[in-house]
Amino acid sequence: MTGHAVAALWRRDVLRFLRQRSRVIGSLGTPVLFWILLGSGLGQSFQPAGGSTDAGYLEFFLPGTLALIVLFTAVFSTISVIEDRQEGFLQGVLVAPVPRAAIVVAKVSASTSLALAHAAVFLAIAPIAGAAVPWLSLPAAFAVLLVMGVALSALGLLIAWPLSSTQGFHAIMNLLLIPMWLLSGAVFPADGATAWMQAVMAANPLTYGMTALRAALDGQLASALPTLGVMAAFGAATLIAATVLVSIPREE
Amino acid sequence: MSTALEIADLRHQYGTRESLRGLSFSVGAGDVFALLGPNGGGKSTLFKIICTLLRPTSGAVDVFGVDAVRDPARARRHLGVVFQHPAVDPWLTVVENLRTHAHLYGLHGAALPRVIERALERFGLTPRAHERVATLSGGLRRRVELAKALLTEPPLVVLDEPSAGLDPVARRDLLQELTRLRDDAGTTIVLTTHLMDEAAVCDRVGILHEGRLVAIGAPDALTAAVGGDVLTIECRDPERLATDLGDRFGVVARVVDGRLRVERPRAHEFVPIVVEAFPGEVQTIAVGRPTLDDVFVHHTGASMKVLS
Repeated sequence: MTGHAVAALWRRDVLRFLRQRSRVIGSLGTPVLFWILLGSGLGQSFQPAGGSTDAGYLEFFLPGTLALIVLFTAVFSTISVIEDRQEGFLQGVLVAPVPRAAIVVAKVSASTSLALAHAAVFLAIAPIAGAAVPWLSLPAAFAVLLVMGVALSALGLLIAWPLSSTQGFHAIMNLLLIPMWLLSGAVFPADGATAWMQAVMAANPLTYGMTALRAALDGQLASALPTLGVMAAFGAATLIAATVLVSIPREE
Repeated sequence: MSTALEIADLRHQYGTRESLRGLSFSVGAGDVFALLGPNGGGKSTLFKIICTLLRPTSGAVDVFGVDAVRDPARARRHLGVVFQHPAVDPWLTVVENLRTHAHLYGLHGAALPRVIERALERFGLTPRAHERVATLSGGLRRRVELAKALLTEPPLVVLDEPSAGLDPVARRDLLQELTRLRDDAGTTIVLTTHLMDEAAVCDRVGILHEGRLVAIGAPDALTAAVGGDVLTIECRDPERLATDLGDRFGVVARVVDGRLRVERPRAHEFVPIVVEAFPGEVQTIAVGRPTLDDVFVHHTGASMKVLS
């Protein structure tokens, strides 16, 4: 019975997301635009410290863009929990004979699936902009994106659940989630950064996901398993925290 | 008759404000029960506690023998809930909403399409089945809401102000539908309302005021207990006339909403007596059978019409 409930909530979340066209454009279009503008603009003037010199910024920024797509999709999708609360749909779910954990699993899996689908669309169109996509490494890369998607969706849910307006979420997004992505090695490598920033980056769980993602795209995931482990541990922690939070009765 | 809902010494406090101050009552299986009271009387809090959205500060709620406070998950299986504000997804079609709801209540498989079809027919939604809820009018949305809550045939259906925002015709249809549901499936119905005429057509009514149940019973029995007829007098100085009536005839007259109100058997005989005893004082005088508002006044000294 719980399986059907999760599937029903998953389907509903995915349908709802895909029908809100502005949301699809926002979560897929914005990162792609960033990638093309920054990638083409910085082009060959970007020389990462210790990095290979022949690759341009477009290539360097590709994994970072994938992470941004996952972040945006996860965030836009978990934001829907605030709308569900405002629109009343959520209270209908809360009085249904469904375990609270099912609500979390459905929300996180729906936003993760959407994130992975968006990442696939992006990779399919990336060659048009002149980027080389390492096709054979994609299964490993998607395994990393899956872990990242679960972690960021659960984090998004954790933030969104107590909020009553989406404005509050946008503030947190700009102050916490975007910096988290900026300082993960997605936009610039840690090697060339100042010492304090390197420390911040080392404390950022997403940095480990980014390291694993770059390694996976290079066909070297095996060497990056410990970093993937850190990301997975963070994902598990946020997932548990979200389940606990959602299970606490609150005055609706 | 078995009991569908049993509430014992229920209390709830929001901070320092006591919204429910020790409620006890029960609703028999197959009853259409109205919780009547002005806004702010505790109806919404009680509704939220019954549908397991809110935990009471103390007291017990039993839904078909299941302790809804300790084991809300199990109680939810017996409950169909209709909120005042729609709990449907506007981005989904009518059918998609019904299907999602069915799955949440463990209803799926080969029989489901037929169940959904029947619900659509019953609520006249078949032609709009594949339209998104966002495109439907308020009245139609409410029907989707009802179709949804009744889809899984819950033995107890609770509705919060179900007729809010409905025109009189739609309100009558709704009550007929609920009564039909009781007749056909034996469903117990508990609804909150601040409308007297809506409560008057229910089997039993509980009147809530300031977090307490001030009266409970069949509407006829409640009005009969008021004491005959109700005399309403409009006059220049109601306070003084109340005192004078008390002094001369020994009747208890209350000033409610700027008018004088006297409960009295065979009140029509009293009309000429009052008019002649206080010449020029009485502006209008009316005799009426007591309504549920009179029951409310009788127990609380205030008029529900004014409080709402």
